[in-house]
Amino acid sequence: MSFPYNDIVLEHFKNPRNIGSIENPDGKAMEGSPACGDMVSLYLKVDPKTLIITDIKFESYGCASNIATGSIITELAKGKTIGEAKKITWKQASDALGGLPSIKVHCSVLAVESLRAAIQNYEEKHGLITEKVETTEEVIRKRLKKVMNPIKGLDMVTTNLVKEVSVKDGIVHISIDLPENHQFANAIKSDAIEKIETLWDVKEINIDFTE
Amino acid sequence: MDKNIYMDNAAATRLDEKVMEAMKPFFFENYSIATSEFGYSMGIDAKNALDEARTFLAKSLGAENTEFIFTSGSAESSNLALKGVAKALGSKKGKHIIISKIEDFPVLYSAKTLEKEGFKIDYIDVDEFGFVNIEELENLITEETILVSIQHANQEIGTLQDIQKIGNLCWKKHTIFHTDATHSFTRVPLDVKDIPADLITVSAHTIHGPKGIGGLYIRKGTPIAKIMDGGFQEFNLRGGMDNIPGAVGFAKAVELVNDEENKRLQAMSNKIVEMIVAKIPEVTINGDKIKRLPQNTNISFHFVEGESITLHLDMYDIAVSTGSACFSRSLEASHVIAAIGGDHERAHGSIRFSLGRYNTMEEVEYVVETLADIIKKLRIISPLGKEKEV
Repeated sequence: MSFPYNDIVLEHFKNPRNIGSIENPDGKAMEGSPACGDMVSLYLKVDPKTLIITDIKFESYGCASNIATGSIITELAKGKTIGEAKKITWKQASDALGGLPSIKVHCSVLAVESLRAAIQNYEEKHGLITEKVETTEEVIRKRLKKVMNPIKGLDMVTTNLVKEVSVKDGIVHISIDLPENHQFANAIKSDAIEKIETLWDVKEINIDFTE
Repeated sequence: MDKNIYMDNAAATRLDEKVMEAMKPFFFENYSIATSEFGYSMGIDAKNALDEARTFLAKSLGAENTEFIFTSGSAESSNLALKGVAKALGSKKGKHIIISKIEDFPVLYSAKTLEKEGFKIDYIDVDEFGFVNIEELENLITEETILVSIQHANQEIGTLQDIQKIGNLCWKKHTIFHTDATHSFTRVPLDVKDIPADLITVSAHTIHGPKGIGGLYIRKGTPIAKIMDGGFQEFNLRGGMDNIPGAVGFAKAVELVNDEENKRLQAMSNKIVEMIVAKIPEVTINGDKIKRLPQNTNISFHFVEGESITLHLDMYDIAVSTGSACFSRSLEASHVIAAIGGDHERAHGSIRFSLGRYNTMEEVEYVVETLADIIKKLRIISPLGKEKEV
C-alpha cells in the first residue's frame, strides 16, 4: 500500500478529533468555500476569566489533509489561552502532522485561518479588541470576502455581487447585485450581516438589492 | 474482501491472460521488425502478424485494412486526427475546428495547441446530460470548417453522443468528422458503414489489452498529414517501430469482448445506481440514464469531497476515481461536470465507477455498502448540508 499521506495524517483523517459543532459557541468562524473544495468551520468555548480555550470543535468539507489539519489544530489549541492559540502557525500544524505534501499545504493554512478567525470573533463579541481599527469600506469588503455566493461557490466579492459599499458614522451600506426576490438573496444578506455586526464601531447595517 | 477491487477501468485495465499468450511469441520467438515482403522470413512472418491484426481490427469497425493505422494509444490517435487534418487542410480550406466542451484531454489540448498556432476553435456546449447541441453545431459549421471532433462516449459520465446524426451533418456540410471512441469501442456498436465518421480514435488499454497501443481509423481519401516522422510505417502516416506484440494483443483483446460481457457490465452498473439511490440520500446521477456506456456510472455525493471518499475507499482496497480538484493533476475540478451545469461542489463530490471483465456483482455490493458508511461518516464531519447557520 502506498497512500499519498503519512501515518499521522491518515490517523487524523480516519479518526478526526473534536468533530462537530458547539451550541451557543463563544466564538465561531467558517473559512474556505465549496468552490475551492475546502471548507472548515470552527467553534470555541472560552473561559472568560482565564481566556483559556476550554472546548473546541470543527467541521470539514474537504480532502484528507483538510480534515487532518482541522483535527490537529483543535488539538493544538485546546487548553491554550486565546493569545497563545492565535500564534499557532500553519507550519506548526503541518509539523505536528509529520509534514504534508507541498501541494496540500494550503489546507493547513485554511485550518489556521479558521482558528484565528474564531478567536477574533470571540474577541469582537467580548469587546477584547485592543487596537480599535476604524471600520472602513476596505474592512467591510475584507469581511464580505468570507460570505459565500451559493450560485458560484465563491465569495461574494470575487463573484462581483458587491456593487457598492459605504461607511459613515457607524452606518454601513451595502448594495448587492441581485434581484431582491432571488432564491439566495436572504441567505446572502443574513450571512453578510453576521460577518459585519461584530465590528466594534458598526451601529447599523443597511443592505439593499439592485433590482 | 481479500483482494483489491478495481473499478477504474476507464483509466486502465488488467491485461487478460489470453492477450498475454497471444503477444508472447512476438517477444521471444518472432521479435523482428515487420520487413517488406522482400525481407527475411522472420520479418515477413512479423509483417503477416501485423497485417492480420490490422485486418481484424479494421473489420471490427466495418472498415478496410488500409483504413486502420496503429498508434501508441488514444492520445496519439487524437493528436494525429486533429493536427494531421489541420496540417493537411489549414492552408487550403480553412482554419476552423469545432470540438465539444467535454472532450477528453488529447482532443481538448490538441485543439488548444492549434488555437495557439492560429486556428479558430469553437467549443460546443452540451446539455445537462452531456449531449452536444446539434443545432448549435449546425450553425457553427462554415466553409472554413475543416474538422469537427466530437467524442462517441464521455470518459467521465459515459454519455453516448448521436454520432450518426452528427456525422451526417458534417458530411452534408463537407466537413471531416473525427470521433474519439476510446471508451465505447467494442462496448457499444460502432460500424463505419453506418456511422459517417472519417476518423475514429480507439485504444487497447480500456479493454484488457496492452497499454501503449491504439489505433486510428482513417476513411479512404481523408486528407491527413503525418505528424510523426520516421520510416514508411503505417502507410507512411506514422513513422516509428511497429509495435507487433501490441498490435497482436490489441486484436486479441477486441476478439475477447462479446455481447454477453457487455450485458453483464450493464447489469452491474445498474446495480450500482439502484443500490446507491436506495442507500444514500442526496446524490445526483451524472450523465444520461439510457444513452450511456454499459460499464460506466458517475454519481455526485453532495456535501462531501471526492478525495476524502477515494482515500477512505483505498483503505478498503477499493479503487475508483473522482472529478474533484484535489484528485486531479492540475488541481482543477472536472471540466465535464462543469459543462453539464454542475456546480463546483457537484464536481468535487463526483465518483466514477468504471467496470471491467474482472468485476463481480459481489464486489459491486461490497463497494456500495462500504461507500454508504464512508459517506455517512464524512457527512457527519461536513459543515455543508446542515440546517444551521455558521
